[in-house]
Amino acid sequence: MKSFTYERPSSPAEAASAVAKTPNAKFIAGGTNLLDLMKLQIETPAHLVDVNGLGLDQVEPTSDGGLRIGALVRNTDLAADARVRKDYGVLSRALLAGASGQLRNKATTAGNLLQRTRCPYFYDTAQACNKREPGSGCSAIGGVSRQLGVIGTSEACIATYPGDMAVAMRVLDATVETVDATGHERKIPIADFHRLVGDKPEIDTTLRSGELITAVTLPKPVAGTHIYRKVRDRASYAYALVSVAAIIGKDGTGHVAFGGVAPRPWRVEAAEADLPRGAKAVTDRVFDGATPTHENAFKLKLAERTLGAVLTEARA
Amino acid sequence: MVGASAAATLVAVPSAAGARPAATDAPVLAKVALTVNGERHELELDTRTTLLDAVREHIHLTGAKKGCDHGQCGACTMIVDGRRINSCLTLAVMHQDDAVMTIEGLGKPGDLHPMQAAFIKHDGYQCGFCTPGQICSGIAVLAEIKSGIPSHVSADLNATYEATQNEIRERMSGNICRCGAYSNIVEAMTEVAGRQA
Ligand SMILES: Cc1cc2nc3c(=O)[nH]c(=O)nc-3n(C[C@H](O)[C@H](O)[C@H](O)COP(=O)(O)OP(=O)(O)OC[C@H]3O[C@@H](n4cnc5c(N)ncnc54)[C@H](O)[C@@H]3O)c2cc1C
Ligand code: SF4
Repeated sequence: MKSFTYERPSSPAEAASAVAKTPNAKFIAGGTNLLDLMKLQIETPAHLVDVNGLGLDQVEPTSDGGLRIGALVRNTDLAADARVRKDYGVLSRALLAGASGQLRNKATTAGNLLQRTRCPYFYDTAQACNKREPGSGCSAIGGVSRQLGVIGTSEACIATYPGDMAVAMRVLDATVETVDATGHERKIPIADFHRLVGDKPEIDTTLRSGELITAVTLPKPVAGTHIYRKVRDRASYAYALVSVAAIIGKDGTGHVAFGGVAPRPWRVEAAEADLPRGAKAVTDRVFDGATPTHENAFKLKLAERTLGAVLTEARA
Repeated sequence: MVGASAAATLVAVPSAAGARPAATDAPVLAKVALTVNGERHELELDTRTTLLDAVREHIHLTGAKKGCDHGQCGACTMIVDGRRINSCLTLAVMHQDDAVMTIEGLGKPGDLHPMQAAFIKHDGYQCGFCTPGQICSGIAVLAEIKSGIPSHVSADLNATYEATQNEIRERMSGNICRCGAYSNIVEAMTEVAGRQA
């Protein structure tokens, strides 16, 4: 690990300006992704701004019947929140399907959104990787790509956004709230938060440098059966090959987003009209234009079957 | 309260105001006070020091183990402010005034914690390397079940939870045992859960 200076401010404005005014500074929340990457020198910040003292750790109702989740709310606490369990079950389920009990006790809402890809070449500093070192090439194209993306990828990078929580937030139409060093606040719809990487795979999100996430808001609850189904190489404690976050109504209509397939939670709203016609009708549209590799083409069939299982479960 | 503690923990800033810090190998030192197993320790550490390294190398409590050092194996599990965490993926300087519990604080030979005794009785280990983390995790898991935290295998999100085999296995998935003592660990935890119920 490279050495760094450290500070722990007490207000969001101070934290944002500390990162803005110090070159090569980063926020640190739970540290479970950032420290992992710092140990490998994939991330080499010279200054860490600890956001744990900012008090952004509450889940509160909003005036329009939704919920406002502080950026520092731990994954365990969010999954166990009585309102989330009752009205946003897909979010509880997605959180509980991710990582381990120890990690969820530390991991935060903002840190989870910003976790970086698990592409094996991104982690191996001896390999070319455009996301880690822009312009160096992509070892995954033509390499081991079983875990990687099938849609929304580019010729520069085929990695996925690996997380679970954001897939549920995508189906719930969440909004990411931020503040910057000048005090300017932004509300970013989750659909616009993670980027399609294009020719800049080193930039994962539309967050600007020094911009602090303060909260994620959820609109008022959507009725229906909330399901998060994650398919992985072992029954627990592994990243998704494919996951489905869904809210399905009694009449078979609903909303659905896919994880493990793209650089962001993958949702095609127009395809949801086909939900009453069954899984294949939906996935044919959701994955229209997919460009899988020979190693991960199975994800297309797996996505269809996983959605099929979700629709069966919703009917039961 | 937040402001006061924050001011007290502003521990390491760039030495010359306005200096442009670049990531280097030159250590930056910072002061931190930790309470480990009830005893307060005032340390001056390289900011890079993880909680695990602070406890093992500076406080010389070597019960918690460094397995993978990347949050994957659970051998470093400690209970901090009542919650189990991977001590390898957190910085010591981020734990100013926190109460840290390690295997050494749970019990001593002759005065074992019930979970330690149950691991012995049920042969919940072979080589023992992962055991301190397993036991810390095991105790925290039973507390999490009691306090109503659901898991991936809980059938109903809005119910209360029991320490069933299925729940224990899922909740312990962040603690790997290369000897494969899993079924005996589940038996040890089941017995302790029964005693507590
Ligand atoms: C072994 C292992 C298994 C895992 N398995 C899964 C899994 O199955 N599913 C899954 O979804 N995840 C999994 N994870 C990832 C885990 O969910 C993330 O590490 C965690 O959510 C990151 O949160 P954090 O608070 O620790 O982030 P940190 O590591 O503190 O930060 C991550 C990034 O977010 C930035 N950041 C943090 N807070 C803010 C803020 N308020 N504003 C702006 N930027 C901010 C930091 O600068 C950093 O770049 C796993 C991790 C490990 C180590
Ligand atoms: S897929 Fe992306 S992250 Fe993986 S090696 Fe290629 S550029 Fe790097």
